[in-house]
Parts: sequence; C-alpha cells; structure tokens
Amino acid sequence: MAIESIGFMHWTNSDGVPTVKFVAVDTSAPAGKAARQKAGPGRPAGARKPAVGRSSARSTVVLKIIMAVSGIVLVGFLFAHMAGNLKIFVGQESFDHYAHWLREIGEPALPPVWALWIMRVGLLVSVIAHIVSAAVLTVRARKARPVRYAHRPKVQGSYAARTMRWGGVIVFLFIIWHLLDMTTGTVHPEFDPAKPYANVISAFAPERWYVTAFYVLAILAIGFHLRHGIFSAVRTLGQQSARGERIAKTIALVLSVILVAGFLSVPFAVLTGLVS
Amino acid sequence: MTSFWTEGDAIADTAAPDGPVETRWERRQFSAKLVNPANRRKLTVIVVGTGLAGGSAAATLGEAGYHVKSYCYQDSPRRAHSIAAQGGINAAKNYRNDGDSIYRLFYDTVKGGDFRARESNVYRLAQVSVNIIDQCVAQGVPFAREYGGLLDNRSFGGTQVSRTFYARGQTGQQLLLGAYQALERQIAAGNVEMHERHEMLELIMVDGKARGIVVRDLVTGEISTEVADAVVLASGGYGNVFFLSTNAKGCNVTATWRAHRKGAYFANPCYTQIHPTCIPESGSHQSKLTLMSESLRNDGRVWVPKKAGDHREAADIPEDERDYYLERIYPAFGNLVPRDIASRAAKNVCDEGRGVGPGGLGVYLDFADAITRLGQPAVEAKYGNLFEMYARITGEDPYVTPMRIYPAVHYTMGGLWVDYDLQSNIPGLFVIGEANFSDHGANRLGASALMQGLADGYFVLPNTLGNYLASGPYQKVDANHPSVVEARAQVEERLQKFLSINGDRTVDSFHRELGHIMWEYCGMERTEEGLTKAIGLIQALREEFWTRVKVPGVGAELNQNLERAGRVADFFELAELMCVDALHRAESCGGHFRGESQTEDGEALRHDDEFSYVAAWEFAGTGAAPTLHKEDLNFEYVHPTQRSYK
Amino acid sequence: MNLKLRVWRQKGPEDKGRMVTYEVTDISPDASFLEMLDVLNERLILEGDEPIAFDHDCREGICGMCGMMINGVAHGPERATTTCQLHMRHFKDGDSIDIEPWRAAAFPVIKDLVVNRGAFDEIIQAGGYITAPTGTAPDAHATPIPKADADAAFEAATCIGCGACVAACPNGSSMLFTAAKVAHLGLMPQGQPERSSRVISMIEAQDEAGFGGCTNAGECTTVCPKGIPLNLIGRLNADYIKAVSGR
Repeated sequence: MAIESIGFMHWTNSDGVPTVKFVAVDTSAPAGKAARQKAGPGRPAGARKPAVGRSSARSTVVLKIIMAVSGIVLVGFLFAHMAGNLKIFVGQESFDHYAHWLREIGEPALPPVWALWIMRVGLLVSVIAHIVSAAVLTVRARKARPVRYAHRPKVQGSYAARTMRWGGVIVFLFIIWHLLDMTTGTVHPEFDPAKPYANVISAFAPERWYVTAFYVLAILAIGFHLRHGIFSAVRTLGQQSARGERIAKTIALVLSVILVAGFLSVPFAVLTGLVS
Repeated sequence: MTSFWTEGDAIADTAAPDGPVETRWERRQFSAKLVNPANRRKLTVIVVGTGLAGGSAAATLGEAGYHVKSYCYQDSPRRAHSIAAQGGINAAKNYRNDGDSIYRLFYDTVKGGDFRARESNVYRLAQVSVNIIDQCVAQGVPFAREYGGLLDNRSFGGTQVSRTFYARGQTGQQLLLGAYQALERQIAAGNVEMHERHEMLELIMVDGKARGIVVRDLVTGEISTEVADAVVLASGGYGNVFFLSTNAKGCNVTATWRAHRKGAYFANPCYTQIHPTCIPESGSHQSKLTLMSESLRNDGRVWVPKKAGDHREAADIPEDERDYYLERIYPAFGNLVPRDIASRAAKNVCDEGRGVGPGGLGVYLDFADAITRLGQPAVEAKYGNLFEMYARITGEDPYVTPMRIYPAVHYTMGGLWVDYDLQSNIPGLFVIGEANFSDHGANRLGASALMQGLADGYFVLPNTLGNYLASGPYQKVDANHPSVVEARAQVEERLQKFLSINGDRTVDSFHRELGHIMWEYCGMERTEEGLTKAIGLIQALREEFWTRVKVPGVGAELNQNLERAGRVADFFELAELMCVDALHRAESCGGHFRGESQTEDGEALRHDDEFSYVAAWEFAGTGAAPTLHKEDLNFEYVHPTQRSYK
Repeated sequence: MNLKLRVWRQKGPEDKGRMVTYEVTDISPDASFLEMLDVLNERLILEGDEPIAFDHDCREGICGMCGMMINGVAHGPERATTTCQLHMRHFKDGDSIDIEPWRAAAFPVIKDLVVNRGAFDEIIQAGGYITAPTGTAPDAHATPIPKADADAAFEAATCIGCGACVAACPNGSSMLFTAAKVAHLGLMPQGQPERSSRVISMIEAQDEAGFGGCTNAGECTTVCPKGIPLNLIGRLNADYIKAVSGR
C-alpha cells in the first residue's frame, strides 16, 4: 500500500474525507423577559430539587464543559500534529515513514487504517461538539445582550477572550481549506498522495504566497484562540485558586507559543530553503 | 405655650405581664393565643418594609404558614437601608467571659436610653439577643471569627464588655442578606407575595381595626388596595426629615405618618440620634451624609487644636497644642463615650471656633497612635473598608492625614407607639424595628439597632401577632368596602393635587430648606425660643409647599418627583410634631438636649420627677394642636441615675 | 466644572429611546456623580423638562440600587466604586460623558436609566439561601469555622447585587453574581447539605432568566464595585461538575 498520509486526521487522501457541517442551532434558548414571573401562590413549595437531566444538560455551564473537554482533545491533537510536522526536519524518509506508520497503528489487533479512523471519528465528534456548543452559546449571548452600548468601551478584561468567536471561525474555515489542500489535494496543484513530503514543499512554494499567508494567519489565530481557550477550559473545569490561575495563564501562553512556533517553522523552513 | 398641644388621658401598656422581669416574655408567650397551623394560610398579613425587621418578620411569618404580602419601595428587598449598618450587633452571649449577661445588656440599654425606655421590652430584647446570633449563624451569616474558628467580639460604642458581633464593617449587609435569603426562600415556596417598587400611601381602617393599605406601583403608577387580617409596619426611621442624614435617599415617614393620621399614636418623635462619626459636608450639592462606623473610636483619637482659629495642617500642629477633648473631659470612657455626648462635644468645640476643615465643621479622628501601636496592616484589617470609603469620598488618605468627622442625624428612637406585643393603639396594626419607639428610650446604644430589628422580626412579632389573629376571625373586607374605597380616593386626590400645583419650586428645594430649619432648631441643641420659631417657619414653609411646588410628569408612570413630593409633604407635618414634642419636653435626655436644662458644666440634665414618661401623640388634624397621652415609666430594676461618663 | 452629558432617555419600556445631550455647569469636583445628576434634574424640572430617572438609594455604595454605564464602563472609570461613590474630581472640566442604562435582556429598561433587576432575585429564590427556619438554632459556637473559610465566605458575600457584572459582560452573563452566592454559602459548614442542589438550581434559574453563558472574559470582575474575584466562577464550575456527576 502506498504511503499516502501523514498526521492524524486530515493530511490523508483516503476515501471519505471527514466533513464538518454547520449544525442547526438550539433556538429554544429561553427568553429573558417573558420568563419573568412574580413568585406567588402559583409556585409550588419545595419544587426545587436537584434536576440532573434534561434541563441541566442544556445549561450554559454544561455547554461550557463540553467546549472545554472537546477543546482539550483538539489541543492534544494539535500537539501530535505538530510533532509529526517537525519530522520534516529529520528528512524525507522519516517524514514519509511516519505518515505510513499512522495507517498501521493498532495492527495486527485491528485491521489496517481502523485505528486512524477511530481517531478521526473522535476528532470529528470533538470538533462538532465544540462548534455546536459555541454556536448555541453565541446565540444565547446575543439574545442576552440584544442592545449595544452607544459608547463602546475599551476592553478591560482579556483581548484574547473577546476574539474567541471570530478566531474560531477563521480557524474553522482554515481547517476546511487545509483538508482540501493537504488531504484530498483538491486545491493543491501538484498533489501526489504517495509523496507527502513533496506535497508539503510544493504547498509552500513562493508563488503560492497567499497560501502561506493564510496558513500563517490561521496559525496565529489558533495561538490566540488557545491562549484564552486553555485558560478558560481549565477555569470551566473548576480551577479556582489564584495560584492555579497564574499557572493556567502561563501554561496557556507557553503552549500557544510552542504550537505557533512549531507550526510556523515548516513554511519558514520551506521558504528559506532549509527544507527542500 | 400649651397652645401648641393639648393633654389627653394617660395610657398604659396592658400587654406586658407583671412580676419578675426575667419571666415576663415566657409568660406572655404562654398566655398568648395560638393559631392552628392549618388555619394560618387563610390569614393574610401585610408587611411594609423589607429591612432587618420587615424582612425577618415576613420570612418568619411565611415559614409559620401565614399568607404574607410584603412591600418595599426599592427594586429588591435586599436593598433596604439596614444594609448600610456597619458596626455590629449586640448579644449577651458572654463568650468573652468579661462579666456580660442578659441582665447587664438589659441594664446597659436602659441606662444608655437615659431611662426613657420600658424595662419589660428592654429585658426581652436582651434575652432574645442570644437567639439572634444563633439564628444568623445557622443561616450562614459570615461573622468575623478568630483563628480557633469561634466568633470574634468587640467592644462597641459606650460599653465596657465585648458583646458586639460583626462582619468587617458590613454587619448590617450580612444580616440583611441572611433575612433576605430567608425571605426569598419563602417567596419561592409561595408563602410570601413580594411587591417590589411599591409604596404604601395610606392605611385602611375598618371598624377601628387596621385592615389593609393603599399602595402605588412605582413603575406604572397604578393605585391598588390590599386588604389583610393584620398590617405590620417595618418602614424604618424618619431621619430624612433633616434632608441631610445618614439614611438612604428613599427613607421616609409616610407609612407610619399615614397610620398616625388614622389614629396611631406617635411616641417621642423628638428623640433623634446624632451620630458623631460622619464625613463632614463638602458643599451645597451635598445630598446625604455618610456615616463611618463608630467602631473607629475604639482606636482613633478625637482632637481639635487648642487655639480657636488655628488653620494649620493637622501634621503641623504639635502634640501639646492639640486638645484630645473627649479623653480630657471623660477620662473613664474617653473616646468611647455614648453617641449623644460625643456629638455634642464636637458641636461645642466647633462652636468655640476650634473646628477643622471646610466651614470649621469638623474634628479630627486620628489613627496615628493606633498605626504606631498595632502597625498599619492591623489597622487595615480592622478598618480597611472604612478608610477606603473615607478616601473615596474626601480624596484624602486617612493613613496619612487624620480623618475629619462631624455629627450627622443617624437614627430616630421615636416612632409609632406600641405595647409589649408591638401592637399600636390601633388593633391589628403592628409596628416593628426603627419604625416603633419601644426599646431605645431617648438614646440608642451602638450595635443595638440591628439587635432590635431582628429581635422584633424573628422572635417577638411572630409570637405576639398570633395572639391578635387568634382572637378573630375578623369580618371579610373586599375592595368595595366603603372604607377601602374612601382610602383609595384620598390617595388619588392627594397625588392629583401634587401634580396640579405646577408652581416654581422643586420638591428637593423645599426638603432642603425644611432640613435646615430642623438642624438649626431641632438638632443637637434645642431651646424653647428656637423651637417656637421653628414651628412658625415650618408652618409657613408647608403652606408655601402646597402652593408653589412643581411636580413634573404624570401619575401613571415612574415619577420619582411625585414619590418625593408625597414623602416631603408628610415630613412637614412630622417636623412640626417633632418640634412640639421637643418643646414640651423641657428636660435634656439622651438624644434630646434642651439648652435650658443643663448642669453648670454643660452636661444634660434630666428631670425624672416631671418627664419620666413616654409622650404618645394623637393626631388632631392638619395644623391643629396634637393631643398628648402620657405613659408613665416605672423602673423596678434599673434605678434612674444621672448618667455620668466622666 | 462644566460638562457635556449624553444621556439615554426612554419614556417607558415600549419607547425606543435615544441619547440626548445636556450641558451642565458649575459642578463642584467634590460632588458625587449622582449629585451632579441631581443638579441637572433640578434645572430640568424648573425649565419644564422631564428630569432623568435613575435608581439610587443609600448613596454610600452598599445598597446596590444605583448603576449606570458611564462612557461605556459600568459604574464609571474608578475601580471598585459604585456610581454613587464616584466623585466628579475624577473627571476633567469640559469632559464629555455618555450615560446609558445597564443593557441585558434579563434587565429590561423601565425608564431612562432605570432597569428591572428582578432576575437576580429569581436566582436567589432558586437556592441562594440556607434552609434554616427561625427557631431554636444550635448555639452559634457549636460549629467552629476556620477563619480563612469565614473570611473567604465574607468576601464572596459582599456582593451588592447591582448588576454591573451583567452589564459589562459581552455575553450578558450573571455568572459572577451567582458564583459569589454559591461560594459564600458553599464555604460555610451550614451550607453543605444544599450545596449540590443549590448550584444546579441557581444555574438553571439564571439560564431561565435569559442570562448568557460565561466565556471567562473577565469584564465582570474589573467593574465589580466590591471586587468579587473571577476565580469564584471556577469554584462554581467545580461545584457544578461535582453536583451533576452526582459525586
């Protein structure tokens, strides 16, 4: 079998490219004013019990927890992906061998490519969960703050936090393009499924500068997204001490910088001729 | 002089049992009739006000199973002005093993009240104080604690034992949130109907009993009538008659004054507490005065320059040119003398031209010694939020320059007359907390207001109200009853009147002017001449108000000026009664200092032979001389002595 | 001082509302922000205009009744300060100041700068209490509470319920408010029996009231007049996870 894929999920050209559809949004988010009711004799005594189930499953906090967990899975993937990318500095053989190995994980317990597909499904579920939760929460947030202030204040909290949604959209668009470019080769002019190393080199060719530019922009967006996202996920999962907060912020920053540097090193190396 | 009032029959508190004071409350509880739990939900009780007294009462009555309707003018019951109480709450726990006891708290309170309070009521207050702390801890009130995990106590405002429980400088807030949370629980349970942004504008009387209230929805302006089996007023004090006071801007006398006009006696209106440690006025824009807890006096030292007209900065005045006048005049108590004494002493030194700050209306409260002795972190831990508050308001750093303080109107001991059951002379009308007159006599000790509010609301009223309700059933009343229709018409007519005058002066300008008159002539020192003059000024200003006030807008909307107009109109009538009360009481006692009644060295001189009574005033018509009913006070346990804090 | 104000005027809940410009003159730097508005209102009344409706009560920073967006910042430019405690000395002569009501679906505007914050009471009703009916509670010293816990509970309990956190939050979220109450009660031994049911019910109530979700942006804590820290939200999340996972 030809070596045709590297990376965990999307640098492949095997059949059935995973796609991520935008999933319908929960429109039953409760309206504020209409729900307001004067408590009175109509409200039964002792009606409040721990309601684990339907209503809490749709609570904003549960959605945040889903985002946090799926986000952490995706961060793990990004690190593995980055590690795979860096094999390009070891040489063509190592890089291509790595891509081949991905398809053999789990053998002989599992048939070929199964493990890869299991991972792909896991990632797909994470991406969908992450985006759907984000979309529902965004709709709810818009509903919760329907009127803008005439005087737009400067951001007092975290800038990274305020760019999560747009950053997320950029990253999402990039992923789609990236799959078409490096997995299916649909938009790649010199794509050869058997030559992942060559594909990378030609993808960042100087005449395709706009591809590189988009790539750089997306990687930076990921960096920003993770700088707040990692910190936020840890908070959502219950981190609460002041010391923990400092550590979480530092880790988020360090991880984001490592990822950005790692991912950018490949096009940098190609452009400067370090790798050819 | 008697043309200002007429004297009516003497009255007495017939609800309190005789016999040993220690068991009176227990015996009263036993003799009180009970309402079958199954019948309680059929009985409706209106509670006006959601402060410590009203909030705790509504919650407790709801827990007991009554159908409670609660009203407050704020947008949430959590905002009642009890929330601003800083210092603490007294309780005779004797956790400090410093000789405290229920009897000592009782003794201190009767004495602190300058022998103008009822022994029965005060003893019960001291007894119940112990339960309050237990109750609040059970609710999760985060009182200050020591490292061992037990509750911390401090000595507070004129006592020599440490019996004050506190939560930083926000004790009132924490206690109120406890009551508020209990109240919200009852709202959720359907036992309490909460009506925020509603103001009581009239009392509904049917066959001589209090049977409901007329309220205005402050958002829509809608007037509605609410009937019930009993009405509880917990509407707070009337310090805002002075315009500038430490009260919240919305605090008003309307609920109690409307009840007074319907026949409820108003007792001891002249007893007002002027708090010594407030931030001085900074200009004509001033809308209220901010109190700083007098716990500050535990570590701060009060002084002014020895020389009159000394305008040097505090730091430039050498130690031997400073007069620590409280320590000098009252060596035993020093800076911890009771509030009235500290306030008047400040006024005296300012009158001598030794005051500091803008207008010479201020004295220093200096923490330099405390910072040296305890270190800044310790001072910060104790008073940090108060120091911040001071810095925020004045723009000065009290760690560096001494604070400036000046007295301001803070609490009103007077209020509607009630018996031992906290029932007014109108059957079915109960009055609790600052709105009644009962427990503080002529002067309230520090950290006693929170105690009284919660005692009334959690423990006293829920027991005594049942006795009244069990004596029913009372006739059914609905919105078409002639008395209800009439009360409603009165309210509508009055609101229409305010809106139709369309004069050329604002409500606030009248209020401010009224406040000036009261502060000048019915403030820290009162004289016959001044009070007589004040009554004339108030009457003239009241007439002007009713012809020249301008209230913009309409009635059927959120109209904050219309709200204020009604409150100020009632303040005018109250102000006059306060002056009459102050005029008739030709003695100095507690918060009432008559210039004509003082010792040679300027101390207050009480006249127990003539004035050992509660002055309960009956309304006789607008502008007519009120009728005085005296309730004699008997002191079986704590025998009156002239107070001396020297 | 002389100032130019642009103030949100809205006759009632159904009115569309608009920003209206006013000039105010001769304001003392020692006046509070609300006293400055008092001065303007006195003038508007005499000129036959409608005065500006705004909520306020204690004017000493504790009741939580006042609150407005001042140049886009809840309670104005000073940190840890309510609008009533903000003094004009923090502005410059000639400044232009924009004043708007709290904006959130859960806080509908009643008139001008006055909003309905009843949704906060609903969150408390859902479980922001300890069930301890008035009666014979155990002695206050029966359960010692470590000072650190008592102090932390107090810090959380200092929330005044003004709504600035919601107004500042880009998502209109009430998480800081809810988290403060959950932390206050959850830190006390008395609050343990209802700890799980409380957090679930309160979150449910805030969702029902139409508040948005938290993105940990931190705007809330920067405008909070009592400095309620953001990490209480982490605490709430931990309690919530524990509660829903049934541990």
